[in-house]
Amino acid sequence: MVEIIISVFLVFMVIGALIALETTDLLSSVISIGAVGFALSICFLLVGAPDIAITQMVVEVLSLVILIRATIRHDLTTIDGDRDFFGLMATLALIFALLLLGLPAFLSLPPFGTPAMSQMMESPARHYLSGGLRETGAANIVASVILDYRAYDTLGEATVLFTSILGALAILRVYSRKKKS
Amino acid sequence: MNQNKQPGMSLIVQTVARWLKGFIFLYGVYIIFYGHLSPGGGFAGGVIVASTFVLLTLAFGKERSLGKLGKLLASELDSLGALMFLLIAVLGIAWGRIFFLNFIEKAVPTGNFKLFSAGIIPLCNVAIGIKVAASLFMIFIILAVIRVQEVKGRRRLVTTEKRRKE
Repeated sequence: MVEIIISVFLVFMVIGALIALETTDLLSSVISIGAVGFALSICFLLVGAPDIAITQMVVEVLSLVILIRATIRHDLTTIDGDRDFFGLMATLALIFALLLLGLPAFLSLPPFGTPAMSQMMESPARHYLSGGLRETGAANIVASVILDYRAYDTLGEATVLFTSILGALAILRVYSRKKKS
Repeated sequence: MNQNKQPGMSLIVQTVARWLKGFIFLYGVYIIFYGHLSPGGGFAGGVIVASTFVLLTLAFGKERSLGKLGKLLASELDSLGALMFLLIAVLGIAWGRIFFLNFIEKAVPTGNFKLFSAGIIPLCNVAIGIKVAASLFMIFIILAVIRVQEVKGRRRLVTTEKRRKE
């Protein structure tokens, strides 16, 4: 049942993404992107990942507000320019070739709903699930993984965020400090 | 200070924002502090806290929200969150020679009024929350300040502060 609902949402997301690409109005494009994001959030909720669903939802709302506020209110309302036919065909051919190459990998995946990590007896995922509460004291297993067992990854993630915002500030700052004085 | 006719949105939006901003902020703080017990955590809660300031900016104009959380303070808070996270990691080395060692005493969360059960995990959540909130607010301010304007037939990026002086 869950698979059918997720499939419906996936089709909806593909349609929304296509609308966002093909429409000429920037506002409808941004709203279509928002619809895709909310559908993705519901998909996360359905497969049992409420942490990611919450994060996806709030980031979607904030980025929608930022996009509308920061881009739409300017005079950049239309997207013009035709798509290169040869480039489009080349992209489609490349995607098709990658799909053909990736088909054996799809066939070897475990069935839907069974995590691949727990199929091995000595996998770390099994250890986290069985001993996570006792070893870290966090009832939320996701928190115990991202901030205790795999905190180094989270440090890298925080560094990525810090660096990207540093870069965005450096690029978007219009006035320099020397000019001001 | 404000030379615009409308510094923000309409009276209805301003009233609702005035009532709701505290609750939204509190919800973000709740998501951050309960990140180790219920779904959520530093990233999601930080975004909700940042959205409070975004709401203030949209409803009351830029000066109101910058008066509460200035650009300099936001960048300092951003760095503070990152340094706090790193400090927790390095304290693990000082304690037991392991990076990110969970050095505070851990307990299985039982009963009421026992929020901090998971050692360093709530502290890390708070650090990440501060960092994410400050940095996302900064991004919003930077993007909202800049305008694209036609100057002498060319599109250029202009700040609103500059435009007001002209």
